[in-house]
Amino acid sequence: MNDLIIGGRRFRSRLFVGTGKFSSNDLMARAIAASGTEMVTVAMKRIDLENPEDDMLRHVRRPGIQLLPNTSGVRDADEAVLAAQLAREAFETNFIKLEIHPDPKYLLPDPVETLLATERLARMGFVVLPYIQADPVLCKRLEEAGAATVMPLAAPIGTNKGLVTRDLLEIIIDQSSVPVVIDAGLGAPSHAAAAMELGADAVLVNTAIAVAGDPERMARAFAEAVAAGREAYEAGLGAQAPYAEASSPLTAFLD
Amino acid sequence: MFSEELARYDWEETTDRILSKRPADVETALGRKHPTLDDFMALVSPAAAAYLEPMARLSRRYTQERFGKTVSMYIPMYLTNSCTNSCVYCGFNRHNPTRRVILTPEQIEAECRAIRELGPFENLLLVTGENPRAAGVDYIEQALRICRPYFSNLTIEVMPLAAEEYARLTRSGLNGVVCFQETYHRANYNRYHPAGRKADFEWRVNGFDRMGQAGVHKIGMGVLIGLEAWRTDVTMMALHLQYLRRRYWRTRYSVNFPRMRPSEGGFQPNVVMSDRELAQLTFAFRIFDHDVDISFSTRERPEFRNRIATLGATSMSAGSKTDPGGYRTYPQSLEQFSVSDERTPAQVEADIRRAGGEAVWKDWDKIFDR
Repeated sequence: MNDLIIGGRRFRSRLFVGTGKFSSNDLMARAIAASGTEMVTVAMKRIDLENPEDDMLRHVRRPGIQLLPNTSGVRDADEAVLAAQLAREAFETNFIKLEIHPDPKYLLPDPVETLLATERLARMGFVVLPYIQADPVLCKRLEEAGAATVMPLAAPIGTNKGLVTRDLLEIIIDQSSVPVVIDAGLGAPSHAAAAMELGADAVLVNTAIAVAGDPERMARAFAEAVAAGREAYEAGLGAQAPYAEASSPLTAFLD
Repeated sequence: MFSEELARYDWEETTDRILSKRPADVETALGRKHPTLDDFMALVSPAAAAYLEPMARLSRRYTQERFGKTVSMYIPMYLTNSCTNSCVYCGFNRHNPTRRVILTPEQIEAECRAIRELGPFENLLLVTGENPRAAGVDYIEQALRICRPYFSNLTIEVMPLAAEEYARLTRSGLNGVVCFQETYHRANYNRYHPAGRKADFEWRVNGFDRMGQAGVHKIGMGVLIGLEAWRTDVTMMALHLQYLRRRYWRTRYSVNFPRMRPSEGGFQPNVVMSDRELAQLTFAFRIFDHDVDISFSTRERPEFRNRIATLGATSMSAGSKTDPGGYRTYPQSLEQFSVSDERTPAQVEADIRRAGGEAVWKDWDKIFDR
């Protein structure tokens, strides 16, 4: 399988994992290990920034894993820029997952503030991974603003509904010049495999692993599904024939 | 810049890849919603010749999805045949003993009126040779200003310009730029373009990046069929189109693949493309890129243009004169190439209607200009 490169760093695993909603940090650590992931996102708001021995951080700091602090909780670009600066110090990385959702109910990202924050953070040297709506034009604007990837949502966060935005994701993948990471809403390994078959560069999964009966096994199942989907994409899927032979030929004039 | 991207593709290797495509590759390409460049290679390969009918159906479907049953009409106005290049296949080659003219402002205006009498044209294509000193950017800008009141959409087909020149012309009412790369065969390019500014391959091929950077609304690309192995050449153009779309995504694109016809220079085509192959190529481009405008000039015969109009082509010229002043000022004698379709614009429109399509004359308005 081809490697994925983001912010100059090479990733062999195309499964990114979130750290919310687990019943314990210990279980979370085991699920992360089982997933084989090399990119783990952590909500800054969950971390005690004053405490270098913070329990959650202790559980996610592992060799070979890129920490991806996220700004979940901020409501606008100013707050996001501030949060990113704090994250850079606390996590010792310039990777930042931009999550700006002023709406506390559905946690839907604000496209305007996200674009503004991406512009500013990219100029400041951050590797910006913005979480956004599956909006193809917004994705191109973010790319121009200096985003390292785009992270469109498959369905509203936490819903486990799968590729609800499929048609738009196809357009985004088709026209993107930066890696496309499908984020939010993937509820089953089959959803992740389907996203990879579409040509997504990676997927980010949190809830579906965290709330599974056995998160460790579910993490493994996602890892296998992502690898299989990517393999199928690179192998070149055989396609369904979209045309039907009709009676009167269109090309008779060429005979 | 695109020249760097192009350098990653070896010509012979790409040719071999295309020629080795099998029927299974064509079927995969036909089934793919967003075909890749590799799929495009399958669609223009010899293996796809057996799939012409399914390709036509798919091409027609995508064309109707994005364009309906319309064909956009345009007409060229040649401003000058004065040229400092010596392209071996071109009637404007500076070594040809043809009389050279550069239309004066009054003559340009007379041509505008003559074209408006010919048909309800709103899309005008202004064409020049390459003579920056006698007919440079200032001259082109002046011509745009003269033509602006007569037409709602102005496109130029002139020498490649600098980004700031494209931006300046856009401010003077320019809507689109057409430039043919002619061939993407880097090693052989200078056999056909031995002298003059056009001999600079990189300047020409990177001109499209400059158009994109300048915010040109519509960019027209082209490969001249008859110079190099056409399947490879059009694959490079498809690569170029894909490259431009990713970077300059606010811009619209068109592709042209004129088949070379006899010119005064006496150059004979190295490769000949059949009607079947031209149809295959048209369908392949439509399947590869559902939105790209596919343009056919009066180089092609009426019967072919009538049929292809409903299957994949989306814009056409009509009533064209390919010599400067050809509509009013000068008798037809200085042409760049000879036309195969001598129908009047009204006849072309009637034929399109008979084939189930609608000729669209106006789909832009000056008020949208910046």
